[in-house]
Amino acid sequence: MPGTVEVQLWSGLRSLTGGLDRVPVQAGTLREVLEALVIAHPGLAAPIAAGVSFAVDGRIVAGDLTTKVTPDTELVLMQRLRGG
Amino acid sequence: MALDQNKTDQAFKHVGTRPKRPDGFDKVTGRARFGADMSAPGMLFGAVVRSPHAHARILRIDTSAAEALDGVKAVVTRADFSDQIECKPGMEGELWNTLENVMAGEKALYDGHAVAAVAATSQLIARDAAKLIRVDYDILPHVTDVDAAMAEDAPVIRDGVADYSVPQGMHPNVVRCHDQGHGDPEAGFAEADLVIEDHFTTEATHQGYIEPHACLATLGADGKGELWCCTQGHWYVQKMCAALVGMDTSQLRVTASEIGGGFGGKTTVFIEPVALALSRKANKPVKLVMTRAEVFRATGPTASTSSDIKIGMTKDGRITAAKGVFRLQGGAFPGAPSEYTAMCAFAPYDIANVHQIGYDVMSNRPKQAAYRAPGSPMAAYAVESVIDELCKQLGLDPIEVRLKNAAREGTRASYGVTFDRIGLVETLEAAQAHPHYSAPLAPGQGRGISCGFWFNHGGETSVSLALSEDGSAQIMVGTPDIGGSRASMALMAAEVLGIPYDKIRCTIADTASLGYNDVSHGSRVTYASGLAVIKAAKAAVAELCRRAAAKWDIDAEAVIWEDGCAKPSGPNAGDFDPLPLAEITATMGATGGPINGHFEATPEGAGVSFATHIVDAEVDPETGATKVLRYTVIQDAGKAVHPTYVEGQFQGGAAQGIGWALNEEYIYGADGRLQNAGFLDYRIPVASDLPMIDTVIVEVPNPGHPYGVRGVGETSICPPLAAIANAVSAAAGVRLRALPMSPPRILAALDARDG
Repeated sequence: MPGTVEVQLWSGLRSLTGGLDRVPVQAGTLREVLEALVIAHPGLAAPIAAGVSFAVDGRIVAGDLTTKVTPDTELVLMQRLRGG
Repeated sequence: MALDQNKTDQAFKHVGTRPKRPDGFDKVTGRARFGADMSAPGMLFGAVVRSPHAHARILRIDTSAAEALDGVKAVVTRADFSDQIECKPGMEGELWNTLENVMAGEKALYDGHAVAAVAATSQLIARDAAKLIRVDYDILPHVTDVDAAMAEDAPVIRDGVADYSVPQGMHPNVVRCHDQGHGDPEAGFAEADLVIEDHFTTEATHQGYIEPHACLATLGADGKGELWCCTQGHWYVQKMCAALVGMDTSQLRVTASEIGGGFGGKTTVFIEPVALALSRKANKPVKLVMTRAEVFRATGPTASTSSDIKIGMTKDGRITAAKGVFRLQGGAFPGAPSEYTAMCAFAPYDIANVHQIGYDVMSNRPKQAAYRAPGSPMAAYAVESVIDELCKQLGLDPIEVRLKNAAREGTRASYGVTFDRIGLVETLEAAQAHPHYSAPLAPGQGRGISCGFWFNHGGETSVSLALSEDGSAQIMVGTPDIGGSRASMALMAAEVLGIPYDKIRCTIADTASLGYNDVSHGSRVTYASGLAVIKAAKAAVAELCRRAAAKWDIDAEAVIWEDGCAKPSGPNAGDFDPLPLAEITATMGATGGPINGHFEATPEGAGVSFATHIVDAEVDPETGATKVLRYTVIQDAGKAVHPTYVEGQFQGGAAQGIGWALNEEYIYGADGRLQNAGFLDYRIPVASDLPMIDTVIVEVPNPGHPYGVRGVGETSICPPLAAIANAVSAAAGVRLRALPMSPPRILAALDARDG
């Protein structure tokens, strides 16, 4: 049973989460985090489908959803990163 | 500055040296083959018909006269592309947006928008035929300015594009919004001794690569395709083209040519799907090369911006609160990097109360494309201009103030994350100690400082490494070399294998020869492909050790790899002479077969990067002309694998920033048409415009890379706009709030200053 990790959302998502900018989810990987976020707040499906990245303990994780998370992980949801 | 031994604990033999560049001979002798250099038997030549209107409904396209012209073999319009792509709001609809940009559907959305294309037996016939294609338009109202595009009475570019993030009541041209921050900015402003609020604008600038977009496409009746093109990411081209023309991705083989500059502008497709569609219709290879005017009119410049910044500071230089609103004009489609502008704006500083909002706004201009650290330079320009003004009015040293507020390891960034090991303070300290900072200035001259930030990126990466019988090695990577990566890959492989740099050749594999690779963007290549090369080389070394162990009849674990040789790990392992790599590979066919190494993964440890720039400038009050007198770039590279290339990236960012700050801009007429689609009227800096750009490489290792590497390609363009604006403002004695700071703008500012 995965632990509970808190996901920090960017402020613009508050309107989709009933005003929350930190959402606790039970998850052991980033994929499970995304799935749990959409179950908890279906309105997040659109921004997630549009593309998101994570910052996991300060490191940008742009695409690897197998990345492990624990209750101690600092997890920030970000819009998908691209560069030039 | 030495690599931090605590983090990486290693000395390098190859990494950090400056061997000759592997592509140098090709490029100076003309042997390098760029996008337009490929030919095929029976090849046709393509030409594209483009809208002369900024906004118009396409009523009818009559291709009959063109098709009747002798030598014309195919004409395509939107009907010749996939009809299976769904239109969706925001970035969810990016595939449809790309198709619509490649070939217009119901409406032409900007001057230069492709509406049809033709293939013929010669370039001349193709161009003549393009002129015979008659397009009937219903001209619609247009808008090309970001603030005007948000106004209540602005014409709507396309309804229904706005996604979930846009607050109610905004104009339909506002299609995305990013809103983020922490703390209580209003309370923070109340704590400040001085609050400055100001407005800044920047114009759209083109990446200015010397090589126009070019490709050679073949798509036969058997459904199999070949594409040669100049691109920063041929796997991306493969999947986008396959989707846009309606074929399986695996049936299209894409080879990346040598590239004559990209800077982000070649991370998407423009003419490649058109050439494939023409080839499919003509059943012959089709070569399509953009003219310079087409490059300006129809490929992506960066977004123009309109920004409001408010920052509060105490008398001793502590920033108490900051707020920024950034409006980015991204052309006729969603995708302006407004979220990056917002997230990067205050990232260099530890601010308790911060709020940033970014708006992505559509207008009748070409679809913007990435340009080195997309969105960040414009943010730094606005924010660092206000910080400079605060320092000036409070009588504070600009570097001391930045050091006082600098983000460090453990700082909660303005975009939410807690920073790992970062090197901003080190760049500021190096700037403070640099002779440039204390050099005297003459009357009429000014000095500017700015910091800049970029995230950097990892991304999907595949690498193969193969050893040859003679002990040399070849590396196949999938990231086009846009900044010297073939050299840095060879250096990192040399470090692991323990063989000389010139025994290793690195090539860019085509899409049929290697697994998927993300685009060369986000300053990711030296980081991600480099990490993959290290892992692939280590896999080969592990096999080399196994072969040595088998020869010596000892356990593989009892063999170590050192100086290019297998050696017993200690006296207990046995007494054997070191076995060089070449001796193992000489017999590899008889000892277990070829020795290769592979790595496929999505490395996710790209370290963020900071830079500090110092600029001296002089303004001629009679003409408004500006001269950059001295320029110093100080940037954290994590670990510079090939320092000459790193310095080149630093200098290149500064040079492009000088153009952006002083001269470059897209100029649109009242008719919505681009007025300066050529290098005579769109003025990029030439050598005589530039001083020698000094560089200082700071090395604060990235904990996410085996050798501490951070990307360096983009951060160098983040500080220049602000650093130059601060220098010019100091020289002119008046704050410049609009880029480019062209002579007419400077004269107007001087007139305003003098009343």
